[in-house]
Amino acid sequence: MTPNQLMFAIFSAVIIVFSILTVTSRRILRAATFLLFVLVATGGMYFLLRFNFLAAIQLTLYAGGIVVLIIFSILLTSHIAEKLEKPDLKKIIPAFLVAAGGALITIATILQHKFPVEIASGSERTNIRVIAKSLISTEKFGYALPFEVISILLLAAMVGAIILAKKRKD
Amino acid sequence: MIDFSYTVWILLIPLFMFVVVGLFGNRFKPLVSGIAGTAGLFVMWILSLVTAYKYFFVLEKAADGSFQKFLAFNVRWLNLTDTLHIDMGVLLDPISIMMLIVITTVSFMVHLYSIGYMDGEKGFMRFFATLSLFSFSMLGLVVATNIFQMYIFWELVGVSSYLLIGFYYTKDSAVAASKKAFIVTRFADLGFLIGILMLSFSTGTFDFLTLTGANSPAFSSGTGIMFLGLSTMTWSMIFIFMGGAGKSAMFPLHIWLPDAMEGPTPVSALIHAATMVVAGVYLVARLFPIYIFAAPVALDVVMYVGAFSSIFAAIIACTQFDIKRVLAYSTMSQIGMMMFALGVSGYGGHEGLGYMASMFHLFTHAFFKSLLFLAAGAIIHAVHSNVMNEMGGLRKYLPITHATFLIACLAIAGVPPLSGFFSKDEILAAGHEKSLMLYWVEMIVSGLTAFYMFRLYFSVFWGKETHYHHTPHEAPKLMTIPLMFLAVGALLAGLIPFSGFVTSDRMPFQSHLEIGIAIPAVLVGLIGIFTAMIFYRKETDLPDRIYNALGGFSKAAFHKFYIDEVYLFITKKIIFNYVSRPIAWFDRHIVDGAMNGMAYVTNETSERIKRFQSGQLQQYALVFVSGVVLITLLFTYLMTN
Amino acid sequence: MFEGVPLTWFLITGTIMFFVGIYGFLVRKNLITILMSTELILNSVNINFVAFNKILYPDHLEGMFFSIFIIAVAAAEASMAIAIIINIYRRLVNIDVEKMNEMKF
Repeated sequence: MTPNQLMFAIFSAVIIVFSILTVTSRRILRAATFLLFVLVATGGMYFLLRFNFLAAIQLTLYAGGIVVLIIFSILLTSHIAEKLEKPDLKKIIPAFLVAAGGALITIATILQHKFPVEIASGSERTNIRVIAKSLISTEKFGYALPFEVISILLLAAMVGAIILAKKRKD
Repeated sequence: MIDFSYTVWILLIPLFMFVVVGLFGNRFKPLVSGIAGTAGLFVMWILSLVTAYKYFFVLEKAADGSFQKFLAFNVRWLNLTDTLHIDMGVLLDPISIMMLIVITTVSFMVHLYSIGYMDGEKGFMRFFATLSLFSFSMLGLVVATNIFQMYIFWELVGVSSYLLIGFYYTKDSAVAASKKAFIVTRFADLGFLIGILMLSFSTGTFDFLTLTGANSPAFSSGTGIMFLGLSTMTWSMIFIFMGGAGKSAMFPLHIWLPDAMEGPTPVSALIHAATMVVAGVYLVARLFPIYIFAAPVALDVVMYVGAFSSIFAAIIACTQFDIKRVLAYSTMSQIGMMMFALGVSGYGGHEGLGYMASMFHLFTHAFFKSLLFLAAGAIIHAVHSNVMNEMGGLRKYLPITHATFLIACLAIAGVPPLSGFFSKDEILAAGHEKSLMLYWVEMIVSGLTAFYMFRLYFSVFWGKETHYHHTPHEAPKLMTIPLMFLAVGALLAGLIPFSGFVTSDRMPFQSHLEIGIAIPAVLVGLIGIFTAMIFYRKETDLPDRIYNALGGFSKAAFHKFYIDEVYLFITKKIIFNYVSRPIAWFDRHIVDGAMNGMAYVTNETSERIKRFQSGQLQQYALVFVSGVVLITLLFTYLMTN
Repeated sequence: MFEGVPLTWFLITGTIMFFVGIYGFLVRKNLITILMSTELILNSVNINFVAFNKILYPDHLEGMFFSIFIIAVAAAEASMAIAIIINIYRRLVNIDVEKMNEMKF
């Protein structure tokens, strides 16, 4: 096995195992922690694929921002010492069936599909200069518009979150 | 051609009075309602007299010398098809004008009388409103231009009668009586409606002028098709007669009339003596051309039913003790004679003697019968009791009532020269020409009539001296003036040359007094009076001995020949158990059950479907994701692309 | 194939993560755990995008940019969700998703 494949195997295993643990854990703080591991492993996946910028963003935003936010909210709203209830069978079985069925169909489709012949290139790192130029360029393959839209979205989210979470005066 | 369209006001005034008195009478003193109703009727009376004068004496006759028959006022009310329509209007011809006079006169007298009689009663205002409603309905009935309008007003008359019989609605017996009257007449009207439908179906019209005119479709159509040996036209005329028989209390639909005496006495005078009960006679008279030419078998039915009813009622009247019951059976008997006279009649000139006699007797009967009832009301008012046994020797206390009552009794017994003699004589003459057997039946009826009326007279005004709780006093002026007026009518009405005005083909003719008929009739009447005098003038035990001698027969007569019991048996045991109960079961379980079942199914379905909208986020997400998975499955694997 | 790792392996990993996230979304009772499952779903999609990008179109960067934007949106959405959850907690003092089945009337 090549080193790449080994790394891929480790990351993939971490992702799969810990994601399953996230959704089945009965202690909420543990679930958050497992989520953190999943996100870090995903960042590792990006590193594997030589998308360093993206991986950095992933680690910063997701692992460092969102998971912290989630943990804050857990502390604010739950009794973290209590065990979460086990959901009853009536809920698990249909959900499991749907998820498993969907997974099977998708995997079968993936395996049957003939992807176009891959080109052997693409092992270099992504150039941050190219990324930066694309972000603000307005020509083809430029992402100025989505960039601006995202910034408005974040503004809206910020304002909305503040207003929603404000203590009402009544 | 004189304009007679003002006659529609004769109808509209009482309707207006009904609405006004009914809605606003409460705000004023009761007397105001009484005066309003009476004033309205006074105006109507004058209008009818004017109309009669103009019609009979001023209006020129038609080309063949007969009185004209025309529509004074007509509006098209309902268009059923292109050719079939229901109108509302006023038809003027001799019989309708005669009825106008009868109705307005008697109603006016009754209104005057009621102001005195009903004084102090709760519901005084309601009484006068309903009296006006009744006047409106009855007048609308007699001037109807088509048979459907007549039917509508027929039902209205039934409603007014119901309201008036059940006037003392707190008394159970009054309520039961009003229901009985309404139900029996309604049942008879079922026959009437069937008859109307058959008639109009075969002739294609409702209109009287067309139906009874010269080239009536009734004479040609409907006479061919036979059912059980009788043509369609005959069947329809028999059914129509069934309606008339119910309203006129002919056997066997007479059971409501005695019970209807539960109503106030003025009501009995107006409705159950002079006007409503003669509606059946009027109906046959109105359709007489059809009866004569297209359905003579039906006319025979009329004759036999009339004759039988008259003798049936006369026998029962001899055994009753309640004053008003005696008068009720007397009414039934006299109307039976009117029907009999119509049944034996021919058409045209002297042939139509029976027709003329019937109408003449209707006219005179209105006077003396309403007088009898009003006088009975004065007696009851004085003595506070209805029953003959508790009265006696009242001639000392009630002079005016005594005199007028005697005049009326003499009139009904057929003593000349009072009015009853003339009209009854014509009936007997007509009967003698047609059927000798029925002629003798009617002679017996005349005798019995004289007997029971004078039995009543002697028991009340002569007889034993009864000790009264308080001395009976004469009725107030307001009640005695109508009595006197009607007595004058009963005295003089016979002198009117009726055959010069009202005849079967509207052509006046001369009728003569036949001595061969008159003498036996008067003799029979006098025998009846004399017998009653022997039995009842002084107190004797002769009546009881005869009663016991006749044993079972007299007992049956006293119990009205058990007809009521037969009806009760038929309805309770047979109809209720075998017809009503299954139908009620069907209605409750199957019809209602289907409805309830539908509601139940809907409810259950909604309970089940309700779960789809649970508000549970994860359930929605589950359905969503399953849908996506299924569609993916469908598109990738099961579509053969 | 990217340096020995076939495309399909990436895709399968992403798929499994996706459906695990869906399972968690449908099963969990606590609102925050549902949010965590949503994050799983979003991340799985990201992996798919970058895998396709790197292996099929190595000269372009669309996949990566799309993933960046997805991460940004996910961050905004997570913060909104937390704000809503805090609000709900204030009102109902529990954040059990099965108890929240009525709209305000």
